[in-house]
Amino acid sequence: MIKGSAIILLFLFLGNLVSWMVGGFLPGSVCGMLLLFAALKLRVVCADDVKGVAKALTANMALFFVPIGVGVMAEYNLISSNLAVFIIVPIATTALVVVVVGAMQQYLEQRSTDGNNN
Amino acid sequence: MATIINSHIFILLLVIGGYLLGRLIFTKSRFPLFNPVLIAIAVVICMLKLLDIEYETFKQGSYIIDFMLGPSVVAIGYVLYEQSAVLKGKVAMILSSVSVGAVVGIGSVILLCRLFGCDDIITYSMQPKSVTTPIAISLAERSGGVGAIASICVIITGVSGSIIAPLILKLIGVKSPIAKGLALGSAVHGMGTAKAMEIGAIEGAVAGLSIGLMGVATSLFMPIMEAIFY
Repeated sequence: MIKGSAIILLFLFLGNLVSWMVGGFLPGSVCGMLLLFAALKLRVVCADDVKGVAKALTANMALFFVPIGVGVMAEYNLISSNLAVFIIVPIATTALVVVVVGAMQQYLEQRSTDGNNN
Repeated sequence: MATIINSHIFILLLVIGGYLLGRLIFTKSRFPLFNPVLIAIAVVICMLKLLDIEYETFKQGSYIIDFMLGPSVVAIGYVLYEQSAVLKGKVAMILSSVSVGAVVGIGSVILLCRLFGCDDIITYSMQPKSVTTPIAISLAERSGGVGAIASICVIITGVSGSIIAPLILKLIGVKSPIAKGLALGSAVHGMGTAKAMEIGAIEGAVAGLSIGLMGVATSLFMPIMEAIFY
């Protein structure tokens, strides 16, 4: 548990370092995620060492964004005066992404299996 | 009394208690609008108002929970590793579908927000709405948006998306399990993944994987799209 936590924190630190080096183009946590993935693939880090902590963190992720969500308190006016935008835009654009990703992936898969049959 | 109510311990209990309550209500009702985070946020806000606790006090008290967002994003790297076997032989396809999805998602938010004539701060906060909350928060803040607004947009996306996405996939005739999982995970993040897991094991694994991929794709394309549109 302690070892796993240390590894996760180490990769968050390394991620922040890389993020700083690339001028913040990618958030530090995302860099850390990619570095951890690479380290696991290259067997630099043993998967069993991080498994427990990683599972615990990802399973309870929803809890971690409650505090920042409470921050809407401070943004109440902005949201209530743009309520339609906050409902329509996420729903419409999400539907669009579902269509694009689903249809494109299925098309690409069909094309590649057709290609293999020929 | 006031010092006890304003203590970090009380605030931590409030957040964790609100979350447990939200989870209880959600698992008992299975009603998608009763999202655990949404309930937790509502409960905490009501309690803060009721007990007259300042937002700044709350922010300091809940810092340790807020801090956990970073490590939890790093931990997605492990999930990505665990599910990377599904990728075999399909890496290029999956990466291009997710990338196009990210570009379409960001572009459509920018255009629709323009259409509604809303402030840039809203657009910036809404752009990463298909990405998992901790990544969305840091992306929104990087662009000049507000983390709290971003997290609310992510939740609205999650609640509405987990209801409509399976219907849309059926409507447009998507049958491939990988395509279904990819669409659910990349458009509707964690809540879409939960839905995908109900549909099937492959769908669930691919959806889990695409949460991470969409996070990376959105991080990469957001600055590029911003350079084009602003």
